[in-house]
Amino acid sequence: MNPVYYLYLAALLFTIGATGVLIRRNAIVVFMCIELMLNACNLAFVVFSRMHGNLDGQIIAFFTMVVAAAEVVVGLAIIVSLFRTRHSASVDDASLMKL
Amino acid sequence: MENLIALLIAAPLLGAAVLLVGGRRLDAVGQWIGTLLSTTSFVFGVILFVDLLGRNTDDRTLIQHLYTWVPVAGFQADVTFRLDQLSMTFVLLITGVGSLIHLYSVGYMEHDERRRRFFGYLNLFLAAMLLLVLADNYLLLYVGWEGVGLASYLLIGFWQHKPSAATAAKKAFLVNRVGDMGLSIAIMLMFTTFGTFAFGPVLSHATDASEGRLTAIGLMLLLAACGKSAQVPLQSWLGDAMEGPTPVSALIHAATMVTAGVYLIVRSGAIFNAAPDAQLVVTVVGAVTLLFGAIVGCAKDDIKKALAGSTMSQIGYMVLAAGLGPIGYVFAIMHLVTHGFFKAGLFLGAGSVMHGMNDEVDMRRYGGLRKYMPVTFITFGLGYLAIIGFPGLSGFFSKDKIIEAAFAKGGTEGWILGTCALVGAAITAFYMTRVMLMTFFGEKRWQPDEHGHEPHPHESPKVMTIPMIVLAVGSVFAGGFFSIGDRFLHWLEPITGHSEGDSPISAGVVTGATMVCLIIGVGIAYLQYGRRPVPAVAPRGSLLTRAARRDLLQDDFNHVVLVRGGEHLTRSLVYVDHTLVDGVVNGTAAGFGGLSGRLRKLQNGYARSYAVSMFGGAALLVAATLLMRAV
Repeated sequence: MNPVYYLYLAALLFTIGATGVLIRRNAIVVFMCIELMLNACNLAFVVFSRMHGNLDGQIIAFFTMVVAAAEVVVGLAIIVSLFRTRHSASVDDASLMKL
Repeated sequence: MENLIALLIAAPLLGAAVLLVGGRRLDAVGQWIGTLLSTTSFVFGVILFVDLLGRNTDDRTLIQHLYTWVPVAGFQADVTFRLDQLSMTFVLLITGVGSLIHLYSVGYMEHDERRRRFFGYLNLFLAAMLLLVLADNYLLLYVGWEGVGLASYLLIGFWQHKPSAATAAKKAFLVNRVGDMGLSIAIMLMFTTFGTFAFGPVLSHATDASEGRLTAIGLMLLLAACGKSAQVPLQSWLGDAMEGPTPVSALIHAATMVTAGVYLIVRSGAIFNAAPDAQLVVTVVGAVTLLFGAIVGCAKDDIKKALAGSTMSQIGYMVLAAGLGPIGYVFAIMHLVTHGFFKAGLFLGAGSVMHGMNDEVDMRRYGGLRKYMPVTFITFGLGYLAIIGFPGLSGFFSKDKIIEAAFAKGGTEGWILGTCALVGAAITAFYMTRVMLMTFFGEKRWQPDEHGHEPHPHESPKVMTIPMIVLAVGSVFAGGFFSIGDRFLHWLEPITGHSEGDSPISAGVVTGATMVCLIIGVGIAYLQYGRRPVPAVAPRGSLLTRAARRDLLQDDFNHVVLVRGGEHLTRSLVYVDHTLVDGVVNGTAAGFGGLSGRLRKLQNGYARSYAVSMFGGAALLVAATLLMRAV
């Protein structure tokens, strides 16, 4: 099977994730879309690894997963504390820096 | 003998210092200190004069080097005095007439509580004028020049409690500044042309410079002379300067101040001789002023202003003569000296009349005063006969020579200038006869003033009449004394040079024509003011009369052209400053403000929009990378 199809899939997933980040207001959904983008990247890395016949891409994918796990911890903590203080999970409500 | 020269200046300067610093304890004797020191200066002048007379003609220039004032390489300014025949003439006139005026002021200012200060200023005036005529370089002359300006300002505005006097003083000072600018520019031009401004080198090397340069220097010197000597177009201050006490007017008009311009032109004769264009302008200025002043003098009802117009006119004669070159220099100075006598006498006479008439100056309120003030009448009358050029008196000799010299210039110019001078002589006869008739003849016309005090005309005290008598004697005999055997000509010729010129008409014809003009002027004045009663209120008069009463619209002209013009200029400059300069500055600030306001909108606080910019940035980076790789 042609590995390029996997790349198309990765691009599609990345686009869906990016669109979600830009247009959704719910912090949880935005967060999940970021995960989606990260995983799309992971998929692309793995495909490239396969296409070029070395393991660099696979290793980067592992790093990404670690970073994503750490990010989940921090991100969810922020969302929870945001919800506690503002009783909302909308990203637009967190606009204290605005004039 | 040279060492006496500095004392000429030092005496009145000491008087000014003592009187102005001395304070109230000198109030009682201040007038005598001033008079004494001024007379001391005159005595020194006479000693030096006798010494000069005893010398050979070529050896009559005394130089006293006092000290080096500005010793800079390539720029040497010395305090050096030069006493030669020309400055000697001025020294005697200034100190002689000046001392008489001091003496007169003792009586005239008797009741003024600021008398001490007045005499201090008078002495300062003399000292400045002496410095002006004794300086051996133009820079030192400039110091005296400015000193004269300062002293005239202080004296014209002496009665500073009157707003009109304060304004007149300011006006005189400001108008004089314009002329002073001319002198300072002339000195700068001299320095760049000759590398020095001492009289000796500048005047002996004058012909080395290009004619254009010399014309420029000459015109700037003329501007300076116009300011000090009240010549058109800088004449407007002279009439208003009558706000000062009458002795001041006498001093300004006879001995100091207005003669400075004539001195400057005659002293710089070498420059003017080499610049015929500048000379032509000088003669034109002189001719215009002599008619201008005479016309103004005809219309004034204020006795002092009528005399002021007359001064302007007579100085016009001198400037005209000075502009004629070697033909006229000697006669300019001769007329200056004789004019010093009769004009001082006339002003002191006018002051004496005012003294007896409760300071009334309107001639329409005089009349018939000859019975009440016989001495004033006779001295004033002799001054009058002298100024109109009655045969045998001073003015006859000096003015006649100037008219002859004007014709002797030759060509069309000679005819025009000579005719102007002749017409001026007729008008002089007219307005002086008018003054004489309105003041001393006819019915008495004075009335009680607003407080009900009727004036009681009386003769002035001896201290005032003696100077008038001395001046009257000078007015009668000076001209004849100078002219017989050409004494004055031989005295001044080594300094100024002299040439006869070739007159198209003989001297006898000129004298005859002058006499005819004199008779016409006196006759018209007699018909108008001697045969008919003088109305107490001035009739409306013709257009020319009304213009002449307003000094031929000189103030209106200055107002419209200079004041309005200046205002428009400043207003447009302010407008340019506000719109253009401030516009650029404020516009830049506003532009940056507006731009930042727009940029600030980008920080809307929405995480989504920040994400868009990050995303856009990343996309741009990727696109750029791809593009670079493709290229």
